[in-house]
Amino acid sequence: MKEVKKQGGLNAEIQSRIGHQLRAMYDDVVRQGVPDRFAELIRKLDGPEAAAAAAAQIDDKDGRD
Amino acid sequence: MPLTDTLRDDILASVPSLRAFAISLSGNGDRADDLVQETLLRAIANIDSFQPGSNLPAWLFTILRNLFRSDYRKRRREVEDAEGNYAKTLKTQPAQNAHLEFEEFRTALDKLPQDQREALILVGASGFSYEDAAAICGCAVGTIKSRVNRARSKLSALLYVDGAEDFGPDETVRAVIGGNGG
Repeated sequence: MKEVKKQGGLNAEIQSRIGHQLRAMYDDVVRQGVPDRFAELIRKLDGPEAAAAAAAQIDDKDGRD
Repeated sequence: MPLTDTLRDDILASVPSLRAFAISLSGNGDRADDLVQETLLRAIANIDSFQPGSNLPAWLFTILRNLFRSDYRKRRREVEDAEGNYAKTLKTQPAQNAHLEFEEFRTALDKLPQDQREALILVGASGFSYEDAAAICGCAVGTIKSRVNRARSKLSALLYVDGAEDFGPDETVRAVIGGNGG
């Protein structure tokens, strides 16, 4: 356990930097908010059937590529 | 449950974090937005199977994660320009030094095995509990904990330790666990 304690200081600092970088990368995208295309998409869909039809269209397109 | 206006709003409110998760996983902004779009369509198509009162973000993240998995298998032979595309999705360009550091971090993150990367992002960036992350990934809580620990130790070896190969994995893991206070 002594060995772990000795490394703890440096490691805690490294881990906190990694955590900070990870959140910075992630939050940068979160701060961009909701792009219009997604707001429109959700507004346009009447319900499950419309969504299923739109999803099926994407599958068809993927199948052809 | 039916697609009420409240539920629409709640789904919409999850879009920013779904995009961040998709970009963190795929490293590719265009592909990430396609993933988010497909996630939203699948979610609404299957909205009847969503249990009212349960965790909506976790449900949406599960759909996105599974789509990414199947998409990844489909495309794994394609060559990708992950870094270039990711940088383009950033609205504010970081200052030069910070940008280099960011690129290094992104490159290191991409080197992690997929299991470890997704566990680290869910717990370390999305803020899910270990329990929610385990439910999203369909594995045990202990598995998520060990993936997160391995991801952290590998990142610290890649980014901050010279001669990472000389640094035994067991020693690294122990040190990381020590650093976290358990």
